Amino acid sequence: MATLTQAPPPVAPPVPEKRPPRRRGRWTPYLLLLPGLLWLFVFFALPVIYQASTSVQTGSLEEGYKVTWHFATYWDALSDYWPQFVRSVLYAASATVLCLLLGYPLAYLIAFRAGRWRNLIMILVIAPFFTSFLIRTLAWKTILADGGPVVDVLNTLHVLDVTAWLGWTAGDRVLATPLAVVCGLTYNFLPFMILPLYTSLERIDPRLHEAANDLYARPSTTFRRVTFPLSMPGVVSGTLLTFIPASGDYINSDLLGSTDTRMVGNVIQSQFLRILDYPTAAALSFILMAAILFIVTLYIRKSGTEDLV
Amino acid sequence: MNTRQSRIFGTSVNWLKRHFVVIAGLLTLAYLLLPNIIVTVFSFNNPRGRFNYTWQEFSTEAWQDPCGVSGLCASLSLSLQIALWATLGATLLGTMIAFALVRYRFRARPAVNSLIFLPMAMPEVVMAASLLTLFLNMGAQLGFWTILIAHIMFCLSFVVVAVKARVMSMDPRLEQAAQDLYAGPFQTFLRVTLPIAAPGIAAGALLAFALSFDDFIITNFNAGSTVTFPMFVWGSAQRGTPVQVNVIGTAMFVTAVLLVLVSLVIGNRRNRHNA
Repeated sequence: MATLTQAPPPVAPPVPEKRPPRRRGRWTPYLLLLPGLLWLFVFFALPVIYQASTSVQTGSLEEGYKVTWHFATYWDALSDYWPQFVRSVLYAASATVLCLLLGYPLAYLIAFRAGRWRNLIMILVIAPFFTSFLIRTLAWKTILADGGPVVDVLNTLHVLDVTAWLGWTAGDRVLATPLAVVCGLTYNFLPFMILPLYTSLERIDPRLHEAANDLYARPSTTFRRVTFPLSMPGVVSGTLLTFIPASGDYINSDLLGSTDTRMVGNVIQSQFLRILDYPTAAALSFILMAAILFIVTLYIRKSGTEDLV
Repeated sequence: MNTRQSRIFGTSVNWLKRHFVVIAGLLTLAYLLLPNIIVTVFSFNNPRGRFNYTWQEFSTEAWQDPCGVSGLCASLSLSLQIALWATLGATLLGTMIAFALVRYRFRARPAVNSLIFLPMAMPEVVMAASLLTLFLNMGAQLGFWTILIAHIMFCLSFVVVAVKARVMSMDPRLEQAAQDLYAGPFQTFLRVTLPIAAPGIAAGALLAFALSFDDFIITNFNAGSTVTFPMFVWGSAQRGTPVQVNVIGTAMFVTAVLLVLVSLVIGNRRNRHNA
């Protein structure tokens, strides 16, 4: 039987309940809120409304646009670009699952097994952030280069045959295939999975593991019945922090993919900045926003952690 | 298989089982760090042709002349300027909001909370596109100011979250004690509240700086023809990446790690000193 390794944490002195609001300064909260909220309203909320109105306008760049409630733009955008939408969701979901599978062991390692290496590993997880993510994503071009060591090894082990059969890669190449894009997405958003996971794992009292052990639970049972359920808040916020930015990303697809891996972000970017078809671009972006908000709300409801923020 | 072999096999399987988490975690860490290693190694490359993706020969040329590519250092200094101003703006506005949210009760709280949460729950490309629609509708000149406005907007929420967490865990009795000792409200704020909230504010500011400095998507939409550092890298990815880009990436990585290590060592020493 394991002995308790730690004395129970000292009980914090009770903090008195929140003070009643001060009488003086009834307007203080509003004065504090005003500048920041005004900023968010003018440069975040208002643009979304503007975009909604742009999406139902018709016209041309030369003659100007007018609101004509032309909802057909939405229909056209969806029927033209549904493959890119499906791809975005698929790639983002695959990257999220991979991030969870790869990130969980590392977060667990930092939280429970790293000992005095904890700070160093933590720094190594965060440090890549300080090199521009575009430079780091470009480095994957070198790593996955045709005929490079990685591709050679995968080829010799016949892994590429399997992935090609699944449609993830094409021929002897990894670059310019879905696999490369998902690999880049996973890499780019992995820290956003690891940090919330670590935060919620670190809060778990190690004595709970000992208790499970004392009650003859095998390590795998302990993980399934104790550790994982207690880390759910981290899993939920980690998956959201990975899925949301990944679904709108166009950098990985642009740098590591090909025209066959274009995601909805690529379409919005090129419609806005190259083709200058503003109504279609606005409609696409609005659909993406609605889809994300829908998925996020549903997910938060399902997982039962509504006090996420 | 004889007994000895099976015993060895059994112990190694057991060893693998026991250390599975460590092995898997370290592999993930390697996956995370591999690109940085490549960036560093290739900063010493001497590529033939315009692209720096295959190793040719060792050279320190790029390190001796990091600004040798036209536009690179100008874009770097522009990014630093924007990041500094955006950090200042977002930290100021965000800290005020965080204090209001923790310290006061008011009616519009749910609306305020969702206005702060939504920018974090939206893909960047959506915010970027809608902000561009606003600027186009207003006929604004795209450039330094539109980038700065956008950066303050998306950094704001992150600062609020960081500062809020710190202020929430603060013991309100400390301020009451200060007031019992005849400190005025202003003095209490300056001498008690602010120093306690400082780590949260610093964390928020650091986060804002990192987010702004490295932002590409929102800048890509709202920069016009202004070139920040990420925009420069993006452009060079299409035309051919100079080695100097790797030099700057490596220098930033090393500087950041050194700064963190130094602050950790100082923190440790101070703790030991106090103990």
